[in-house]
Amino acid sequence: MQNPLDSLWGTVISGFVLTLVLYLVVTKLIMGA
Amino acid sequence: MEFLPGLERWIHLMAGVMWIGLLYYFNFVQVAALKAATEDKTNAGITKHIAPRALLFFRWAAVVTWLTGAGLLNKHFIDAFMLKPGYAMIGMGAWLGTIMLINVWTLIWRNQKKILGMVPATDEEKVVARRVAFLASRTNTMLSIPMLFFMAAGAHTAQFVF
Repeated sequence: MQNPLDSLWGTVISGFVLTLVLYLVVTKLIMGA
Repeated sequence: MEFLPGLERWIHLMAGVMWIGLLYYFNFVQVAALKAATEDKTNAGITKHIAPRALLFFRWAAVVTWLTGAGLLNKHFIDAFMLKPGYAMIGMGAWLGTIMLINVWTLIWRNQKKILGMVPATDEEKVVARRVAFLASRTNTMLSIPMLFFMAAGAHTAQFVF
């Protein structure tokens, strides 16, 4: 499997996915606790 | 001393623009330009004159951004890093920014010195250094996206509560 960071678009998309994941972690697990 | 938070925020934003601006320059412009320049043997201009200067401002802007950010958190520094209620958003941004700063100084700069010939390194070491610095830089580009989101969310929480 290719590393998404080797591609610029892979890097940007990974950044947006990570944003969503971390947002859910903060709002549901930390702020919602 | 009432002017201090405003001054810190101003410098924090200016240094942050320089840091992330240069990070995006490296990833969106220089990587592809260097590949093309290496093929037609005009890469010396970038590696000798542009990259060292860009890296100088890049790594010190990262330090100034972090220090002024820490100054802005002030007595809530621990609350933010502990992701305490009311500080979870800005705290997540602060954690991402801190990881990025560590990446700059321990992975990117240390390996770039080998790549640019500022410290002695064998050809094999340069190959490894090139890959590590590239991936660390791409990791920081990826992390900058949630980092900027959480910095904005920390300052304007209401806009991000759905």
